[in-house]
Amino acid sequence: MRLPCPICGERDIREFYYQGADVALNRPAPDAGDDAWQDYVYLRDNQPGEHRDLWQHESGCGSWIVVSRNTVTHEVSGAKLAKEIKRTKA
Amino acid sequence: MRVAGKGQIDQSTPISFSFDGIQYRGFAGDTVASALLANDIRLMARSFKYHRPRGVLTAGSEEPNALMTVGRDGATDPNVRATVQEIYEGLELRSQNAWPSLEYDVMAVNDLASPFLGAGFYYKTFMWPRAFWERVYEPIIRRAAGLGALSGKKQSDKYERAYAHCDVLVIGAGPTGLMAALRAANSGADVILADEDSVMGGRLNSESFEVDGQAGADWAAGIVAQLREMNNVRLMTRTTVAGVYDQGTFGALERVNHHTSVRDGKAPLETFWRIVAKQSILAAGAIERPIAFQNNDRPGIMTAGAVRSYLNRWGVAPGKAITVFANNDDAHRTAMDMQAAGVHVAAVIDSRSNVQALGDYTLIKGAHVCGTTGRKGLETITVRSSAGTQSISTDCLAMSGGWNPTVHLTCHMNGRPMWREDIASFVPKEGTIPNMTVAGACNGDFSTHACLGAGLEAAAKAVTALGKTPVEIDMPQAEDTAYKMEPLWAVPGKGRAWVDFQNDVSVKDVKQAAFENFRSVEHMKRYTTQGMATDQGKNSNVTALALLADATGRGIPETGTTTFRPPYSPIAMAAFGAGAEGKGFAPERKTTSHVATIEDGAPMMEAGLWYRPSYFPIKGEKTWRQSCDREVGYVRNAVGVCDVSTLGKIDIQGPDAAELLDFVYTNMFSSLKVGRVRYGLMLREDGYVMDDGTTARLSETHFVMTTTTAAAGAVMRYLEFVTQVLRPELDVRLMSVTEQWAQFAVAGPQSRELLNGLLDQTLDNETWPFMACGDVSISGVQGRLFRISFSGEHAYEIAVPARYGDSLFRTLTAKATEMGGGPYGVEALNVLRIEKGFITHAEIHGRVTAFDIGMGRMISAKKDCIGKTMAARDGMLDEDRERLMGFKPVGAVKQLTAGAHLYNEGDEATAEFDKGYLTSVAFSPTLGHFMALGFVRGGPERLGDRLRMVDHMRQIETIVEVCDPVVFDPKGERTRG
Repeated sequence: MRLPCPICGERDIREFYYQGADVALNRPAPDAGDDAWQDYVYLRDNQPGEHRDLWQHESGCGSWIVVSRNTVTHEVSGAKLAKEIKRTKA
Repeated sequence: MRVAGKGQIDQSTPISFSFDGIQYRGFAGDTVASALLANDIRLMARSFKYHRPRGVLTAGSEEPNALMTVGRDGATDPNVRATVQEIYEGLELRSQNAWPSLEYDVMAVNDLASPFLGAGFYYKTFMWPRAFWERVYEPIIRRAAGLGALSGKKQSDKYERAYAHCDVLVIGAGPTGLMAALRAANSGADVILADEDSVMGGRLNSESFEVDGQAGADWAAGIVAQLREMNNVRLMTRTTVAGVYDQGTFGALERVNHHTSVRDGKAPLETFWRIVAKQSILAAGAIERPIAFQNNDRPGIMTAGAVRSYLNRWGVAPGKAITVFANNDDAHRTAMDMQAAGVHVAAVIDSRSNVQALGDYTLIKGAHVCGTTGRKGLETITVRSSAGTQSISTDCLAMSGGWNPTVHLTCHMNGRPMWREDIASFVPKEGTIPNMTVAGACNGDFSTHACLGAGLEAAAKAVTALGKTPVEIDMPQAEDTAYKMEPLWAVPGKGRAWVDFQNDVSVKDVKQAAFENFRSVEHMKRYTTQGMATDQGKNSNVTALALLADATGRGIPETGTTTFRPPYSPIAMAAFGAGAEGKGFAPERKTTSHVATIEDGAPMMEAGLWYRPSYFPIKGEKTWRQSCDREVGYVRNAVGVCDVSTLGKIDIQGPDAAELLDFVYTNMFSSLKVGRVRYGLMLREDGYVMDDGTTARLSETHFVMTTTTAAAGAVMRYLEFVTQVLRPELDVRLMSVTEQWAQFAVAGPQSRELLNGLLDQTLDNETWPFMACGDVSISGVQGRLFRISFSGEHAYEIAVPARYGDSLFRTLTAKATEMGGGPYGVEALNVLRIEKGFITHAEIHGRVTAFDIGMGRMISAKKDCIGKTMAARDGMLDEDRERLMGFKPVGAVKQLTAGAHLYNEGDEATAEFDKGYLTSVAFSPTLGHFMALGFVRGGPERLGDRLRMVDHMRQIETIVEVCDPVVFDPKGERTRG
């Protein structure tokens, strides 16, 4: 499997560390309530198909990236720097 | 028997090798199979289950029968296919699965018992008594049935892994692959052409076809020569592309050195390649399938294509009187080629009624071979036709049930092949592998002309996808014979007709599976074992499922295939694991004091990948405890020196560095003064403790964080996560500097005196109080000094650039020794910290909160931090949680053990009554008894209580008293002095 690092280009999966769903980008406010925090820390959808998840190019440039991929076809449709996604949202 | 004037091998270079201790001669270019056949050896192996005598069935990597063992001891290579292994001078082969010998195998008694040993026999018979399975039945079965055995010794051959990248990977170098590679390369693409054979050309080397007026093999050699001249082409022979993975990644095994006797450790025996290709062209060819009929497994019966291979490529006639049994025109060419070489063809038996002889040989139409004789080699066949039954003397029967396209690689990403009625076989479905084009025989196009054309087209497609323009290549002239066949899977009749030679699965077994309702092809496979082991059913899958379809009254497409998984052909674990054994699996990280420490005779222990000294023994000490106790004394009474460089060090700089630390630590760091150090606690977002350590502020915008040795990598990654994903607005940069700085603890009442004799400045309590930090100069070398303590003593950690580490360590230990102290190891370090109640990952093991370790108040109320919200959940602050306390022995047994559990006195020592457990244990020479840290329900509420300590594993039980975790100098006066 290969992932497209926005900084380094396409690289083998062994250069990356896998974190999980990109939910992590949406950290709730401290007073958001139990449900919001429960969702954020523990609950994840597990649907087949399109996924967006966080990887770090740990053995490369160190960037945290959000990879869009399909868990059924294994197609990787793109990757963006997490900090840029976060900045656009803010 | 060698045929004069035939074959492409070098008959001027004789080579001798041995099989089961007997010497044979072959020629350079021979495989073991071709050389043995040339020596008229037909019996090469015994079958898996019934120990039936077997010879070679094929001439390629799909060989199910002729498996042998090469080499001895650590270089033993079992299950080597005689059809793949090339001979070299001195090659030694041994037969497998036969005792006492291949000729007289006593286990052949299984064959007589075969009526009782059919499919499912083991499942039905060895069900009970259950306890017998592991101890009695399985060992017996394993000894009786099986392939070759490993030596049980350490692998002595060298294996490697390697990586390659290309624009176009062409898999298979037959007519299709050669044309595809030629056009892709000439169009400017970087090409890798891989073929499992030692010589490229595929079937062209085995057939008597001409291409462009040349012998096929010569034409192929010409194309290979052209490709070899090109800088953008890499030719990989003896390389099997064995697996297809996501995003154009391919796994391939190169048999680098199996064909030579050279074992000098320079070249590896095998290399496992990972090849990444933007486009790929599969030109894997096709595999001929046998026909199932009674006793179709005798040595001398082989596929028709294999017989042609032995004749045309190796100049070997596998018999003196050849017969052919087929359901297609293609196999008739075996008779033609044999006749042309002057070998007698006794008869061609064709199952079709409407068929013409292609030459001057006896053709028996509409007939079947329904039986054979010859125990260790074929003697006669029985032919049944409308005219009746006749016996024909023959020592080699060439059979062909048609050709199966080699679709395997197209199925590695969950694709399923499609049934094509006209060729009665499966072909790949388009698009099952992204960016792969399937061409030639593996796509169901069998004529040479069609293959050459398909190769050109596939290259055009791949090159166009790369954004290049395909150049025109002239289409060579070649035969374009139509592939005519009528399906024939099995000849009806009694007796055992073999479908899967490797697993001894007969037509009857497949029918039995269906009869017992194992109707799914996957169930049938597991019930009968058809399609397992080294050939993975390459010769038998399509036939078996056609028989299953028939037995279950379904069509073949509905019955479907089993799942094709990598690897295409067997790969040794040694190749998969190349580079990852021993130090490759766990590299060594060494500190700058490593050499000096080893010189001092200190035994090393592993801390993650790091090596740290356990203790520094001196003359007269007999146990590690003696050394450890002495070293603890150095620190408590004089001065000790310990390398602490393995702790993670992260350099944090930027205007928002303090804000980042406030966010990742529970306590405040923005309030920390420049030139001071603070202890910090980190939580995970779920509220549990992640790591701890000290962080020093070197300037307003510059901090150095230390992490535990174990969590250094994880904390670094986590800080990157926080700064990039959670708080990208923070203007801060991180850099791991763990290996850039050598850092040593100098601990003990005389630590300041030692440093004052070394530094270019003088330390005192005013300017360098506890938790001070700053730059210092040591003989002109700029370093850093931190007045921090992990021992509870007046102590410092001194850091210098790593290149000065060795020198500084030697200087520090020499000075300490002069002052009545010396170096100390991890054992003493551990005792010192347990006496002081300092925690490590033995305590913060992932299931404890700040509250549990008595640091609940370190979570600042003034700010948000990671984990703060979740740490405040119900239950996280429960008084009755297991909380950190100290423990000392008060029972008859004075020993404590880490991992022991705690119970109230009078309670049973069972999980139900569990009150806690010990995490760290040490004998305290300072106090003269054992000490422990651990967790107990209620924590401080149990202070002074007596508890039962039970170590179920080591069978140790005693009574402990709950005490404060800090048993030595609870007010910390020594640290500040």
